[in-house]
Amino acid sequence: MIDPQVFQLVCFYAFAAVTVLAALSVVTLRNSVHAVLALVLTFFSTACLWLLAEAEFLAIALIVVYVGAVMVLFLFVVMMLDIDQEQLREGFMKYLPVGLIVAVVMLVEMLCLIGVRAMNAQTMGQNPATAAGVSNTAWLGQALYTQYLLPFEVAALILTVGVVAAVALTLRQRTGVRHQQASEQVAVNARDRVRIVKMAAERPADSQPAPAQETKP
Amino acid sequence: MGDQILHQLLIPILLVLAVIIPLTLTVALYVYWERKVLGWMHVRMGPNQVGPLGLLQAFADVVKLICKEVILPTSANKFLYYLAPMLALIPALAAWAVVPFGARFAVSNANAGLLYLLAMTSLGVYGIILAGWASNSRYALLGAMRSAAQVISYELAMGLCLVCVLVLAGSLNLTDIVMAQSGHKGLLDWFMWPLLPVFVVYFVSGVAETNRAPFDVAEGESEIVAGFHVEYSGAAFALFFLAEYANMILVAFLASILFMGGWLSPFPESVPVLGHASFIWLLAKAFFFAFLFLWFRATFPRYRYDQIMRLGWKVFIPIAIVWVFVAGCMKYYGWVHIGTGG
Repeated sequence: MIDPQVFQLVCFYAFAAVTVLAALSVVTLRNSVHAVLALVLTFFSTACLWLLAEAEFLAIALIVVYVGAVMVLFLFVVMMLDIDQEQLREGFMKYLPVGLIVAVVMLVEMLCLIGVRAMNAQTMGQNPATAAGVSNTAWLGQALYTQYLLPFEVAALILTVGVVAAVALTLRQRTGVRHQQASEQVAVNARDRVRIVKMAAERPADSQPAPAQETKP
Repeated sequence: MGDQILHQLLIPILLVLAVIIPLTLTVALYVYWERKVLGWMHVRMGPNQVGPLGLLQAFADVVKLICKEVILPTSANKFLYYLAPMLALIPALAAWAVVPFGARFAVSNANAGLLYLLAMTSLGVYGIILAGWASNSRYALLGAMRSAAQVISYELAMGLCLVCVLVLAGSLNLTDIVMAQSGHKGLLDWFMWPLLPVFVVYFVSGVAETNRAPFDVAEGESEIVAGFHVEYSGAAFALFFLAEYANMILVAFLASILFMGGWLSPFPESVPVLGHASFIWLLAKAFFFAFLFLWFRATFPRYRYDQIMRLGWKVFIPIAIVWVFVAGCMKYYGWVHIGTGG
């Protein structure tokens, strides 16, 4: 029989390995579209890791928001770009020391954080959702809309301001642009546009045609 | 020990096959039905040569497609070119994992089923975009761009519609959502009545999300030949075809499950025989919605691209947002006593 805990551990290491490899290939792959796809894979395997940690809402939200929408737009933009690979690699040696310094500082900071956590030996309590006997999503909803309502609403407000600002920054009013007015098109009346003219039949031999006589349709 | 491994592996695989094989057969018959219905609406016969009533036409087409060569265009990206059809098909099939076919029959009765569905349907667009980019063709790239913008826009409206449903049902579990629509009044207990505008928005968004007529600018055979799959032939094309039709049937099933009570009977429970909940009701409702797809295709001319965007962003999303508030009020103030046993 497969031990569920062993199986979970194997899955964890498999997903973690895929995440790390995909994250590495984001920065090493030459083709930028391939790099974006590697980033998508990174997000996806991170979501799998979170699912293993019983954070189902967070995992699915990551897939819906980042993989399903943000990365699609990102891919869209990268496909449109015509990037010169040679030009990109030109300054590699020049910027290498700066990059290394930043990487080392980040590594030290992360190690310090892990060390502090380990010294405090602050163990995580029981999963609150399991303790309350509800699903992860339901518990998260309860917590966000009761205990943390104010911070949650403030965050939502800040995001809304961000959206409005983004639209305001990119919106430019051009003059002389002709927009389609759907409501006007629908409200159009045949009477206003078409003029039906009634006239007597003509023959080419007649020198004088009958005068045109207008009628309303 | 061997028995248990067999038990743990074999049963899920059999369950998955029990959904996917009938689904594939349904796609074949649906394609036949589409061609027949379009034929009748055009006052033609439709397929009538292969097999009795032309029923084997779809299978003949499948055999033809599989036997054809898959051609790789010049300087196309080989890996992504072959990956794209699979990326289109996998989410289309994976989404079926949480669809319930009866009170106790779903491959996975997941608690976050609705969220999972949103995630899976949002992944399908990758197959289309990558197909357009990898085939190194301008028409294909144009189709992919149109499709990406359209699918993302309509996903928002669709997600907001699902929010209304889950507010009234109080659950993300699809089986619970159907059971929340059960009651003594039959079809009057379904969510389609309090959520009527959202119901319409959901189904039309579903049509747009699957790139079907009148929203099929991603294919647009009169302008960009066939859009994203113009370079695909043989089995690779068949995979795109299968994914599109599996998605259409999925939207038809979801519309029946979320808004029309799934397997519940439209008649009150007191009516003998007809009042019983049954898988047949779900099939009948899904068949109706699947027929609507074909009816739309035969009836409406194709939307222009900017009209699609206006409809999505300026009409559907505002309606859905307003109705989220309305649904919240319905639930909070108890304006409607829907489901929950009448």
